[in-house]
Amino acid sequence: MRRLAAIAAILACAGALSPVRAEELVLSLSTHRVAVTSSFVGADLVLFGTIEPDAPRAALRNNYDIVATVIGPRATLRTRRKARVLGIWVNVDAREFIRVPSYLAVLSNRPVAEITNAETARRLQLGLSQITLTQRIGADFADTVPNDPFRVNFINLKKEAGQYRETPNGVTFLTPTVFRVAIPLPADTATGGYTVDVKLFANGQLVTRNNTALEVIKTGFEQYVFEASQQHGLIYGLVAAMMALFIGWAGSVVFRRD
Amino acid sequence: MQIYLPIADLPVNIFLVFGMGLTVGFISGMFGIGGGFLMTPLLIFIGISPAVSVASVTSHIAASSFTGAINYWRKRAVDISLALMLLAAGIVGTAAGVWLFTMLRAVDQLDLVIGLSYVTLLTTVGALMINEGVQAELRARRGGPATLRRPGSHTFVHGLPLKMRFKRSKIYVSVIPVWGIGFMIGFIGAVLGIGGGFLLVPMLIYFLRVPTATVIGTSMVMTLITMTSATVMHAATNHLVDAVLALILMVGGVIGAQFGAHTGQRMRAERLRLLLGLLVFMVGMRFAYELIVQPNELYSIRMVGFD
Repeated sequence: MRRLAAIAAILACAGALSPVRAEELVLSLSTHRVAVTSSFVGADLVLFGTIEPDAPRAALRNNYDIVATVIGPRATLRTRRKARVLGIWVNVDAREFIRVPSYLAVLSNRPVAEITNAETARRLQLGLSQITLTQRIGADFADTVPNDPFRVNFINLKKEAGQYRETPNGVTFLTPTVFRVAIPLPADTATGGYTVDVKLFANGQLVTRNNTALEVIKTGFEQYVFEASQQHGLIYGLVAAMMALFIGWAGSVVFRRD
Repeated sequence: MQIYLPIADLPVNIFLVFGMGLTVGFISGMFGIGGGFLMTPLLIFIGISPAVSVASVTSHIAASSFTGAINYWRKRAVDISLALMLLAAGIVGTAAGVWLFTMLRAVDQLDLVIGLSYVTLLTTVGALMINEGVQAELRARRGGPATLRRPGSHTFVHGLPLKMRFKRSKIYVSVIPVWGIGFMIGFIGAVLGIGGGFLLVPMLIYFLRVPTATVIGTSMVMTLITMTSATVMHAATNHLVDAVLALILMVGGVIGAQFGAHTGQRMRAERLRLLLGLLVFMVGMRFAYELIVQPNELYSIRMVGFD
């Protein structure tokens, strides 16, 4: 009897700890594989999602918010700062950003600040100012304060290149429970795996989350050339040199005047 | 029409790049130079990273100098023993240059060194050529003989040991300055992505007194071999040669060079030199401007690697 009561108590505790999940997210990405071909100039992906009741008869709420975070393959990037030395502009200082997303998009249906409070945004890394960007500072690896000049300029440069973005109108609700997310990939997008993490909010609280993934790959000729250059540098170089000599020779034959 | 460059990792307009190849080819054919000092800055200007630009331009110069070398070879205007002597040192210079290039890139100072070297080299050489050109032009106005060579004037170069006879050029000089020039051209070419023709030709004329008949042909052979080996070395060590970019440039360059050579033949040598001097000087000033004026963006990002 006592054992039964203990089990009941544990179950009650467990029930109280896990949030009451009244909804779930169903996601569908327009494509899971983006091929970078010779005519690649960027791509616009579309993610459709619906908010479904978890149990058949569970009620749905009225005001949902969606924040989708797309993270591209991680890379180590060096950010350099120029300053005037003896009258000319020179790189004087550099910081390495370790394993940071090469592509990062935070898309939502309205500004993150309106969706939830600052504490939740910080904890869930919602938005460019909240995401963890690890830097190597001396011997340490750490993220800095959001207004650190290297961090701010790093994000600004990535934004200008179209590789980082924060779009407060990137998510459109088609009906109160069906939404569409537009994910733009720039022309120089990095190849590799991308994850799309979608979080559902209601009344400022995280209700549920779900994720999906996509892959950006070089295909055909581009892939072949790239791999050859990286893995067989010497042979690649010899072939490039032969090509140069052939073109040069062809030029002298085609245009021979005598 | 956009085409994606697999190593530079960005799409470019194929006609724009082809047009650049054509234009630089025209200029290189007209003046008998490789044109790398124009091509590299142009590529950097359209957004290709300086490292990829330098490495890819080497193969473009290899192609255009091969066309030129074949043409001069047919006219028997190549001093092969002089070219070989220059090359022996040139290859060593190229290897040293590729090594320095790799090292500078690691310490974030490649862009600065490329910038500074362009400013120093181009403004100096440009100013010297303009000076020569203007004086020749003035002499021509006055009706004097338009010669640039001062026969009989001996410099310290002629007192050096290890003398060697170069039959086709009809000169008898020490191999030490020949090696020195060869090393320098190979070194500069690999670091800056320039064939060095615009430096080599005046050096051969002023220091070694190589006659005009063989100077350009010999310089072309030298450029051809240093740039071909620089292509292979850059590809093997830095993996930065973009073959697609290089191919578009080469085809444009080889075609442009033919028309350039045709135009060049109808102009007086002194006037050509003055024009080339002005061009070289202007490119140098453009680089100086970039170093001195505060850039719009003080920060820049360089990819270290994916992990």
